[in-house]
Amino acid sequence: MTERGLLLRVTLLVATASVPLPAPRSLVAQDTTAGKRVYVKWCAGCHGDAGAGDGPAASHMLPRPRDFTGAIYKIRTTASGQLPTDQDVLRSIDEGLPGTAMPAWKERLSERERRDVLAYLKTFSAFFQDTSQHIVPLTFSKEPGGATSAEALRVGRQFYDSIGCWKCHGKAGRGDGPSAPTLKTDPGEPIFAADLHQSWRFRGGASAADIYRRLRTGLDGTPMPSFSDLIDQKFLTDEQLWRVAQYVRSLSPERAPEVRDVIHAPRLLGGLPRSPDDSAWARVERYWFPLVGQVIRKPRWFAPAVAGVWVQAVHTRDSLALRLEWDDRSQSPDTAWLEFERRVLDHLVSDDSVAARADLQPDEIAVEFPRSIPAGMERPYFLMGTATDPVYQWRWTSAPRQAAAGLARGVGRFDALGAGSAPGAEARFADGQWRLVFTRALATADTANELQFEAGRAIPVAFFAWDGSNGEHDTRMAVSAWYFLALDQPTPPRVYLSPVVAMAVTLGLGMLVAVRAQRRAGAGGPEGYIARGLPRRHDA
Amino acid sequence: MRKLGSIAAVAGAVLVVALAAWTRQPAADPQGAATVTGKVKFTGAKPVNPSIDMSEEPKCKAKYTTTPTKEIVVVNPNGTLANVFVYVKAGLPASAKYETPKTGVLIDQDGCHYRPHVLGIMVGQPLEIKNSDGILHNIKAKGVKNRPFNISQPTTMTSTRTFSAPEVMVPLECNVHGWMQAYLGVLPHPFYAVTGADGSFTIKGLPPGTYTIEAWHEKYGTQTATVTVAGTESKTQDFTFAAK
Repeated sequence: MTERGLLLRVTLLVATASVPLPAPRSLVAQDTTAGKRVYVKWCAGCHGDAGAGDGPAASHMLPRPRDFTGAIYKIRTTASGQLPTDQDVLRSIDEGLPGTAMPAWKERLSERERRDVLAYLKTFSAFFQDTSQHIVPLTFSKEPGGATSAEALRVGRQFYDSIGCWKCHGKAGRGDGPSAPTLKTDPGEPIFAADLHQSWRFRGGASAADIYRRLRTGLDGTPMPSFSDLIDQKFLTDEQLWRVAQYVRSLSPERAPEVRDVIHAPRLLGGLPRSPDDSAWARVERYWFPLVGQVIRKPRWFAPAVAGVWVQAVHTRDSLALRLEWDDRSQSPDTAWLEFERRVLDHLVSDDSVAARADLQPDEIAVEFPRSIPAGMERPYFLMGTATDPVYQWRWTSAPRQAAAGLARGVGRFDALGAGSAPGAEARFADGQWRLVFTRALATADTANELQFEAGRAIPVAFFAWDGSNGEHDTRMAVSAWYFLALDQPTPPRVYLSPVVAMAVTLGLGMLVAVRAQRRAGAGGPEGYIARGLPRRHDA
Repeated sequence: MRKLGSIAAVAGAVLVVALAAWTRQPAADPQGAATVTGKVKFTGAKPVNPSIDMSEEPKCKAKYTTTPTKEIVVVNPNGTLANVFVYVKAGLPASAKYETPKTGVLIDQDGCHYRPHVLGIMVGQPLEIKNSDGILHNIKAKGVKNRPFNISQPTTMTSTRTFSAPEVMVPLECNVHGWMQAYLGVLPHPFYAVTGADGSFTIKGLPPGTYTIEAWHEKYGTQTATVTVAGTESKTQDFTFAAK
């Protein structure tokens, strides 16, 4: 390449990098006719033909699909009550709304299709045609540094309390505040205050900046208000509101927890930690398992309250301890939540022969294993086994607070194995969270029905949860897939001994060789045994 | 030269403003001198309003000597009904434009109750939302013709909002205290009233004409009557709501 050519290319490169090209988006015309085609095919099933959020699938969902006719959108960059910008609505289409049935469409629809469907959505509400509506995004400041410093979090916590976040979101942020059971959306559907420990389920994103924007704009159509007036009235500064956002962000893991297939249960030398508050648990790896509604057997359940369970496991020479930790807004049965439960059941279509009735139900959790460790890949049916191939289960209820072991022969049938076989269970409830430790001997007498735990084997395990205050019992539950539990083998002594022995042997042999060589050298001449095999420099 | 230019600019600006003012001269304000007055009566058994458990909010609870209740149906000692919004629903000339008052309308959050419980406001008139309790309230306006809003007030403060479209009624609510509710009638004219402790209402300053008067109650719905007034005439139009 000539020098001039090179110069030209460099100039071009710099130019393209620094001069903002006209955004290709603005060049794409929005076509409502094409948008309607996309809408009818992909959106109407939930959002309804006329955009009223009443498609055939809607009555199974909580939260409900958006009703576009009122043009009320949760995730915006505009002030409370203002229409969203195109970019705001596109963001929800592109990224979806985590924690709801709304998927991300970025990879499924083309840019053009998404723009067209946006244009069509806007035709459902006269507000978008109203020229007196000025759609102006709020000016957001840049995030102040020191997000994770102790001081930032202290200030954030202070204002979390003083601006009343805890009233709905709870003292520890698990959506269990005193007003939580009374919360409704504008159309009157029950709505949970967000569990702030599960930021990966935040509708508008998990970053501190996302949270800050929600604080400024509020989530229209929900009880979540805007806090912008507080800055205008100098109740707090913009930076202090940022600290609230950073504090809320700090309650969740840095990233959405990765779902791993195998729970490793290390072998402990000390005693088994039977209490959920035993300090030994702090050193044990946590595994997250998401739960979903049971939608296979009738009556199905599309609105489970327990999003997942954190699991830890350890074992000793003869026993196993399994610690489960799950967020649940109420210690059921709880009369404060009865009205909420009634609204949940009223808003979900039931496929049961008898209508679901709001009742005081306990919370429950179940851990399931096959009856014996499978030799191959075959496992029993994950949804509580079958009549011919039952599964071994531990079941715990909050009221009466007790645990039982038994055989599940399909969803509706659980045969308890008798009091003597029940696992140990110690539970605590605090600030919207259950912590429970199951314990059992690795080996038992009833080898036909009870799983015999063995170290070094992949043991299938699955989880089920019920939130009584959400109307959950029997088939109305949250379920997981099969995963595995592995009791890590204690490191055999030979792992440490072998290298030592090998080194000793090598050293010994080496010395033997050396000694013999010296002896021979002593007999055969000054050059020695080894030297004789090699050409000497002065020989060359 | 620069001075001359600036004088010209100022003069031009004045001219533009004057022109704008002249062209926007409103059509003669169709304000009259007729009056419609009346009472809203209540018949049947007086319903009991649900009581409110305020133990969550000691500051509010302390403002009451007896157990506070909701204000769904407030029947006065003289057998009339309070909190009825009475307004001219139809009959005003379509071209009529009424000046928006600069002074705001106050709604106060006091004792974990909205005071007043029912109120009227004109399009564009400021609604002053006051928090006298000094504890966390959020105020949510759930209009359908107006854009909704939801603002947080965790302390003693006042926020101001306006409404852009006529709407009877815009429900107001607090999500921290599920029992707190108020209703706001938004109208493009000043011909409305809310019945108080004697159950009466007065709508003054009506131009001559035939009007549809509607009485709205949060539980008992609406009733309408047609009233014709002339000149400085005052007509009486009572309404009666029956217990359901």
